[in-house]
Amino acid sequence: MFAVEAHNLVKKYKDVQALNSLNFKIEQGEMYGFIGPDGAGKTSLFRILTSLLIPNKGSATVMGHDVVKDYREIRKISGYMPGRFSLYPDLSVEENLQFFASVFKADIQENYHLIKDIYSHIEPFKKRRAGKLSGGMKQKLALSCALIHKPEILFLDEPTTGVDPVSRQEFWEMLGRLQKDGLTIVVSTPYMDEASRCDRIAMIYRGDILAEDTPEAICNMVDGELWSAAGAQGYNLLIFLRSCSECVNVYPFGQEVHFQFHGDHENMQEKVREQFPDVILREIRPSVEDVFLNLSADAAKEKEVLNG
Amino acid sequence: MKQFIGFFRKEFIHIIRDFRSLMILLLMPVIMMLIFGYAINMDIKNAGIAIMDMSGDDMTREISDKILSSGYFELNEVISDQSRVEELFKEGKVKEVLVFEQDFARKYNSEGVAKVQILADASDPNNANMLVNYTNGIIANYLIQKQFSEFLPLQVQSRFRYNENLESVYMFVPGLIALLAMLISTMMTSISITREKENGTMEAILVSPLKPWQIVLGKVAPYAFIALSNLIVILLMGTFVFGVPYRGNLFLLLAVCILFILMALSLGILISTISSNQLMAMIISMVGLLLPTILLSGYIFPIENMPDWLQYISHIFPARYFITALKAVMLKGLGFLYIWKEILIIFGMMMLFLGVSIKKFKIRLA
Repeated sequence: MFAVEAHNLVKKYKDVQALNSLNFKIEQGEMYGFIGPDGAGKTSLFRILTSLLIPNKGSATVMGHDVVKDYREIRKISGYMPGRFSLYPDLSVEENLQFFASVFKADIQENYHLIKDIYSHIEPFKKRRAGKLSGGMKQKLALSCALIHKPEILFLDEPTTGVDPVSRQEFWEMLGRLQKDGLTIVVSTPYMDEASRCDRIAMIYRGDILAEDTPEAICNMVDGELWSAAGAQGYNLLIFLRSCSECVNVYPFGQEVHFQFHGDHENMQEKVREQFPDVILREIRPSVEDVFLNLSADAAKEKEVLNG
Repeated sequence: MKQFIGFFRKEFIHIIRDFRSLMILLLMPVIMMLIFGYAINMDIKNAGIAIMDMSGDDMTREISDKILSSGYFELNEVISDQSRVEELFKEGKVKEVLVFEQDFARKYNSEGVAKVQILADASDPNNANMLVNYTNGIIANYLIQKQFSEFLPLQVQSRFRYNENLESVYMFVPGLIALLAMLISTMMTSISITREKENGTMEAILVSPLKPWQIVLGKVAPYAFIALSNLIVILLMGTFVFGVPYRGNLFLLLAVCILFILMALSLGILISTISSNQLMAMIISMVGLLLPTILLSGYIFPIENMPDWLQYISHIFPARYFITALKAVMLKGLGFLYIWKEILIIFGMMMLFLGVSIKKFKIRLA
């Protein structure tokens, strides 16, 4: 049995199509990531999987339970951490945890070992109101609350958004340990650099899964060589490269410009250096973000063609 | 059960942590009771009056004495100049001026017709109306006594049943209970449920195994407690501070009040299911319910005086039935058999609100 199975999931709102016929399977014990920008449909997908929304078409199961029919079962076995902070700001850390434990009929003492690793970070502040915690501590508390009833599967919707880099690092390490204990974790994030933490990732963009594989395999999906050009005149460099017929998928990447190249390097390097003497050109290994930018550009073009 | 206690605990913490709102909730009945009991007084006592007696004979003096000794009026000034009337009204010192024409007694005895003029300050129309009626009544009485000095062929005796002294506060106790039940039970519950939607915490609660009725009951129960404690405060203040009698069966009285509070709570739940944010819930409760409860329930303005279409509309507001029933039990001491219709209507409304709420309560996000 798969932990999660989705067939042709479609979700429409009044004037937006949030999900276009998604298909995927998540193994038990896997850490599976949905990577995509804001508005890709991640939250809609998570809400369907946690039985909070009904899909317009298609079906999905979580631990073998249908997300529409068996919503009661799903609510018992899954832990969910919504994207928005959803604890009570006027309740203290301890009171929030107690509340969620009682609502799920769980015993804090009995399940303390599940959250010890995480909760111990915030335990010194247990009398503090949740609204006064820092972003990272809020997320740790929310994770503790989502774990306290010993779920079989954990859904985390953008758990690291708005969290400082150190806390993000810590957070992912905690998730890694939870996974080792046998928990299936489904997580979403807009940060491409976090993708490597997952066993498998699905790149989601405008309601479509562009690619699904292990992070390494995803990185190898770029065909041709990927080059990076860095120079003082970033914008002119971008315009110039876009005008070259040998360069495809030219896009800005931080301070640099990344592009795919077909043909002879020497020739190309010379041509660029003629225009931009200070430019640093090198061939690079594609990152998840490169793949995403590549694929999403293709997808956008395809849509344009279709809409014609 | 453990789930419910956890929920209840959490909800109570919310209320206690919000200290200012809590104080408002607990002190409101006391303050409103004092305001309604003391300040809003519709009885007339010692209204300022001026008398212009151009005749100054026995008869005008007798009439003046009668009026001044009635307790409703207090002599402010005796005037002799017509122009002073205007001044007095403008200064606001007197509400009424009584003018006797010259040779009042002589004209009465010889011609059989004597004229007295009553001038009233009608910038407050109800008050002016009452003053003029009182004055007319006193003068008419005087005439009857004068004509049949010893033997009165016709004796009119009036008595006000159930509220002998026409105390306004008797009327306010039922009205205030209705008002506060609406305010606390309906408005506060609808706001507190929609707050969870607005803050996104509803999402976290919905994914729990809690059933809808457990969520709703957990949210409502603390407010039911507050409403009950307010009810007790009002009832106690009513008898001990204002001397309102509770003539009927105390259990029946409490039962009617509790039923009304439960109805108000279900109404609050219903409002929360149809409104998506706190502001909307508050506007519906305030404009849609609180104002009509005050204006259309017969609490302040008698329903019989309203135009027909307003009377029909007043039928849909539960406070109307509650106030009728409570007055019957409280002041008239009537039993269940006299008010079963009202009780049935309130109960029916409660079931309707609950039924629709349960049907409309979303177990998912919309």
